Amino acid sequence: MKNPIITLDGISFTYKADNNKVLKTISLEIAEDSITGILGPNGVGKTTLLHLLLGWNKPDSGVIKLGGKNIGAYSRNEMGRLIGLVPQYEHISFEYSILEYVLLGRTPHLNPLQSPGEEDYLVAENALETVGIKELAGKPVTRLSGGEKQLVLVARSIAQEPAILLMDEPMSNLDLANKVRLLEVMRSLNSKGITILFTTHEPDVAASIADSFVLMGEDNLVCSGQADDIINSSSLSRIYGIPVEVDDYRGRKILIWHK
Amino acid sequence: MNTGGGKDSWKLIVSFSVLVIVSILALFAGRYPRVGILDPFTLSSDPIAHSLVFNLRFPRVLTAVLLGVVLSGAGMVFQMIFSNPLVEPGFLGVSQGAAFGAAFSIVFISASAWVIQSTAAVSAIAGLFISYIIAKKVQFGGWVLRLILSGIAVSALFSAGVGILKYTADPMKDLPEITFWMLGGLWSITWSGFFTILPAVSVSISILLFMRWRLNILSLNDETAFSLGLAPERERLLFLLTATAATAAVVSVSGIVSWVGLIIPHISRRVFRTDTRYSLPGSMILGGIFTLLCDTFARMLFPGEIPLGIFTSFLGSGIFILLLMSRNIKVEK
Repeated sequence: MKNPIITLDGISFTYKADNNKVLKTISLEIAEDSITGILGPNGVGKTTLLHLLLGWNKPDSGVIKLGGKNIGAYSRNEMGRLIGLVPQYEHISFEYSILEYVLLGRTPHLNPLQSPGEEDYLVAENALETVGIKELAGKPVTRLSGGEKQLVLVARSIAQEPAILLMDEPMSNLDLANKVRLLEVMRSLNSKGITILFTTHEPDVAASIADSFVLMGEDNLVCSGQADDIINSSSLSRIYGIPVEVDDYRGRKILIWHK
Repeated sequence: MNTGGGKDSWKLIVSFSVLVIVSILALFAGRYPRVGILDPFTLSSDPIAHSLVFNLRFPRVLTAVLLGVVLSGAGMVFQMIFSNPLVEPGFLGVSQGAAFGAAFSIVFISASAWVIQSTAAVSAIAGLFISYIIAKKVQFGGWVLRLILSGIAVSALFSAGVGILKYTADPMKDLPEITFWMLGGLWSITWSGFFTILPAVSVSISILLFMRWRLNILSLNDETAFSLGLAPERERLLFLLTATAATAAVVSVSGIVSWVGLIIPHISRRVFRTDTRYSLPGSMILGGIFTLLCDTFARMLFPGEIPLGIFTSFLGSGIFILLLMSRNIKVEK
């Protein structure tokens, strides 16, 4: 295994509002330059885990290290350059153009009194080109389809140029063609050295791109490993609580489930 | 490379020029010696005209512009940080707080202008702080929702307080004074009034203008703003305090002037673009023009002046209805 860029050691987390202990003593290592798929049923704490890595949620106990340093040792701005988030959903209240919105990704590269310059515009336009929606640059962000909006969120995170990119169910709103396009985008970002963690409800899609996996289940069962250890009938059946078969078809993993 | 701002920079320059021209015209517009524009060449020969223009109208015109700049600028700031296009700068207990302070002063302390102004300013800020503290203690909902709810509650509390003061006030002397103050107006403005509010207002406006691009990010979800390297709660508070300090300062001399801070930001987002680099200064300039025009007509149209607050409410709500019915309101849903 390469150097871990993310280390979680004995992390637990409780939502104070309803005293819900979502995570109990999780320990994990994520390798640098990897693509990691996080799988598990609804409500098991996948998004919570991403928010912990972001620093947005503070763990009750345990240590989170990013790039070998404790997460608390980074300034807010350094964190913005180190780690980005593509949220599951983003409510945008005002009618920004797509380019204006993607430019907001440049924030951690600017000081509080600065506004984006030509270089930032170039980065933002390249980000739009990467996800294949450059022609939409002038369109209002409030008038996009669900899939287009998802791609815009990804473009904003690309413009942010983080070392680690967290993606919360990035494919949930995408049709088949856009899904394949996004998988290619993720691969190309990864080939440029960006470590990617994403959550998903589709084990077979995860298997088609990720090189390592984290499986989260009820009662805080967490295991991590390579495709064959995780994307198999017994693990998935146990985690989701229904019988699942996993087949290999032309080198790809296919899921078959039974009622 | 085209960064797309050229056209909007020009629009800003043009609207600023309009503001300057309207201000100069407003200096000479009025009812002396007859309704219309005073001939500038009579200034040297007519001491009344000279005193009227330089001692009464000049500070009033400048204050009207400041009032519009602050209310519309603060309105834009509030709408962005609450990512809600329907809030205005007074809603966090600030307007009603100021009204309570003024009424309290009229009934119990003194009806002299500077006492009313200082108690109004102090209780406007108190309104914000109480809203803020309550919002901190609310046990549910996101930060924005908590602030909005506690703002509504605190405003209602202060306005109940104003009700009590009105009920107990001397109906011949104090009550008309309170009512008149709450309708808003600039008839009593002097140079000293203008210079009292100038420092707070200029510092606040400068801070807002310097940091204006960042305001965009605060209109996003908290998690997103955080993931972009901001400390959203801290930065919102900074913008909130800055905008409120300026609002409290102008409201303390003008009374309640409503609707400016709500509609001008909407118009600005249409005329300029959503990006606060353009829409914030745009909103300030348009607000200055709008308020100055309202105030000028308020003192020109009839021999007895119409309170400015009535004028802005009439025009403002009318424009708002038109905006609502027009093709798009530039917000989602």
